[in-house]
Amino acid sequence: MKKRMSVRARTEAIWGLAFIAPTIIGLLILNYYPIFETVWQSLCKTGDFGIGNTFIGLENFRTLFHDKEVFRTLFNSFRYAVLSLPLTVAISLVLAVLLNRKMKMRGVYRTIFFLPMVCAPAAVAMVWKWMFNQDYGLLNHMLGRKVNWVTDPAIAMIAIVIVGVWSSIGNNMILLIGGLQDIPKDYYEAASVDGSTGVHSFFHITIPLLSPMLFFIIQTGIMGALQLFDLPFMIMDQSSRAWPSVKTITYLFYEYAFEKSNRGYGAAIIMFLIAIISLLTFLLQKSEKKWVHYD
Amino acid sequence: MSWRTKKNWTSIMIHTFLVVGSAAMLLPFAWMVLTAFKTRSESISVNPFYIFPAHGWHFENFVQVWNSYNFLVLYKNTLIMIALRVLCACLTATLAGYSFGRLKFPFKNFFFALILVQMMVPGQIFIIPQYLIVSRLHMMNTQFALVLPGAVTAFGTYLCKQGYQSLPSSLEEAAELDGANIGQRFLYVMLPLTRSSLVSLGIFTALFAYKDLMWPMIVAPKTNCTTLTAALSRLQGQFTSNYPQLMAGAVMAVVPMLILYLIFQKQFVEGIATSGGKL
Repeated sequence: MKKRMSVRARTEAIWGLAFIAPTIIGLLILNYYPIFETVWQSLCKTGDFGIGNTFIGLENFRTLFHDKEVFRTLFNSFRYAVLSLPLTVAISLVLAVLLNRKMKMRGVYRTIFFLPMVCAPAAVAMVWKWMFNQDYGLLNHMLGRKVNWVTDPAIAMIAIVIVGVWSSIGNNMILLIGGLQDIPKDYYEAASVDGSTGVHSFFHITIPLLSPMLFFIIQTGIMGALQLFDLPFMIMDQSSRAWPSVKTITYLFYEYAFEKSNRGYGAAIIMFLIAIISLLTFLLQKSEKKWVHYD
Repeated sequence: MSWRTKKNWTSIMIHTFLVVGSAAMLLPFAWMVLTAFKTRSESISVNPFYIFPAHGWHFENFVQVWNSYNFLVLYKNTLIMIALRVLCACLTATLAGYSFGRLKFPFKNFFFALILVQMMVPGQIFIIPQYLIVSRLHMMNTQFALVLPGAVTAFGTYLCKQGYQSLPSSLEEAAELDGANIGQRFLYVMLPLTRSSLVSLGIFTALFAYKDLMWPMIVAPKTNCTTLTAALSRLQGQFTSNYPQLMAGAVMAVVPMLILYLIFQKQFVEGIATSGGKL
């Protein structure tokens, strides 16, 4: 039996729906319709000059699974994630622990480490490109050697990782300081009564209690790393011989969808990447029970 | 070693570590500014003692880049885009956040699921169709195109909902007894109390809009219609190896946001901390 709503409940429902209307309508047009359109595009062949769509079923995906470049760029994105994430997490964890204590200049240090967060990655990348310059760059001046930071395929990814880590430690540091502040002080006091030292407490109290935040940082970090686009694009010359070893899958998507006007294939690439990201999220969530402690 | 000296040593080591770290963080900024004031030949001299501009500080780089790229227009475009995105995001998100956090209405769970799912999907999946919407409307190279994807925000709605949920319901009940309708309760009682989540959302939105590169490159390829970030990618193509000019461009692109950060530091840090750094 359908209950009739009281006048009061009906008024509330009208206000409620009216208030969410702009957001929901916006999401439907700007996000939900696009999801279906992208799925549809990935099943279509885009005509010359990006005009017209012909349904071709799974043909794009068949091409994709035989496309060496897709897997090479995917491998690059993974390589970036694997190299940058442990470094970022380790450094920001150390910084967070140090800067969570009362000390002189704490505010100044925090401000400095946070600076890259408010800079456009495009500008940051330009500055680093100049720092990496083989002949006149500051880094080679300081090292007294001529390292081919951005032109040697073996080193180029390391250069990108340096910039990536430099850019993101401040952000993770702030999140981890937030996590540290939520740990009750008496845990440490109780442990020190039991004779626990600083290092022991760090591994047996700090890390377990910080694990939800660490999990969050690792999860968003992997997603972010796999979607990396601007740093390699701005730091490297696309004509350089090192470019293939840093080109990311998100750049490949951009290239097909917008530079080569082959939206169908671009859509297929992004669907493929999303499938991989979803799989990874699923695996991470499963592993979460094993090492993340919630109270 | 006594306990006291040991403690001093630890403190000195920690400070040394932090100072070295800070130097590494600041070095690129310093090099950017110093290079921007050099002449081209000075920048490519191999003499490492030319850390500071030896032949005086050259402002020509700024003037040249400013003129050839019309930075005034770029600043204007970027500022308007950021302002409109912040306004749209805060307005729609606070309304929806209040509704999800405090009101009962049919299909609430379904609608909220729409919010959650959008937050989980990687953003690139929206880009091709969003671009097609802009191009079908013949709106390429307009402010409308730059702002469009930021018109509503699932993440912001979620953030605001959390803010409204944490408020005690007694406040609203008191206002209701005084005869305030839902609109008045929202506007005069609840909204002012969630100012901090709105500030967080505003800062997050502004930073995201300012940093985004792919979208302005796609929908606003014309140099005088685009944003600072996208213009930088063009600049690099044009002044390939004229580093003083490139650095002058970079300085002009980062300085406004840096100044804002130094003034509103606390809000910036809180904004990032509450938004979980989804940047």
